[in-house]
Amino acid sequence: MAIKLEIPTALRPFAGKQSSLDLEAATVGEALKSLTNTYSDLRKHLYTDDGRIRSFVNIYVNDEDIRYLEKENTPIKDGDTISIVPSIAGGR
Amino acid sequence: MLLLNEALTNEIRAHGARDYPNETCGALLGLDGPAGDTGGSPRREVRALFPLTNRRDDSPRNRFSVTADDVRAAERAAAVGGLELVGWYHSHPDHPARPSEYDREHAWPWYSYVIVSVAAGEPRDMTSWLLADDRSQFHSEEIASLPGATARHSQ
Repeated sequence: MAIKLEIPTALRPFAGKQSSLDLEAATVGEALKSLTNTYSDLRKHLYTDDGRIRSFVNIYVNDEDIRYLEKENTPIKDGDTISIVPSIAGGR
Repeated sequence: MLLLNEALTNEIRAHGARDYPNETCGALLGLDGPAGDTGGSPRREVRALFPLTNRRDDSPRNRFSVTADDVRAAERAAAVGGLELVGWYHSHPDHPARPSEYDREHAWPWYSYVIVSVAAGEPRDMTSWLLADDRSQFHSEEIASLPGATARHSQ
């Protein structure tokens, strides 16, 4: 499936300074794997050391949070847009 | 280097004092420039703030949280003003203006992270930090004061 993957500003320096990429993938997980295979420096910002998507990394398929779909197994279809959207956390 | 005018500096400090003893938070909207003569770190200028509500209802005195919806709202506000979302500010109530391990674990690269210390309700030191590309540490980012007027986007 030909989809568009949108990269947030903070990660663009690790993705060839691109704001979006056109990819072929059948699921969200495949799309993210394709992204991080091409741009390996992104991996540590998106995934924990044990391979889980970091808690402050939000993945949307056409504005639907994949946590409420099938997470990384969420299927995608031609023309879908996957967005990586930050949330921000911290504290003393 | 982060260029921040006095009015915006005072606004961050006032937001920190207003939300004390809870942590405050907000977005920095501005322009990201080339590294130039700053030794490789970006030279960015903050032109406006986007004050936010701390979403951590369970432990707001030592944690802050900005939702993805808030991030998108801040990005939209920046775009309306022809600016970029260049970073975030938050307060450390009764604690130094240094990033914690929790800050590092949850940080994004590229953004400037401004921290203001608020001691007994009074804003004190303000610092800025950039996450190392390998996520191992924060690097201190110099804050350069600028004269100038403030701009503020409502939430």
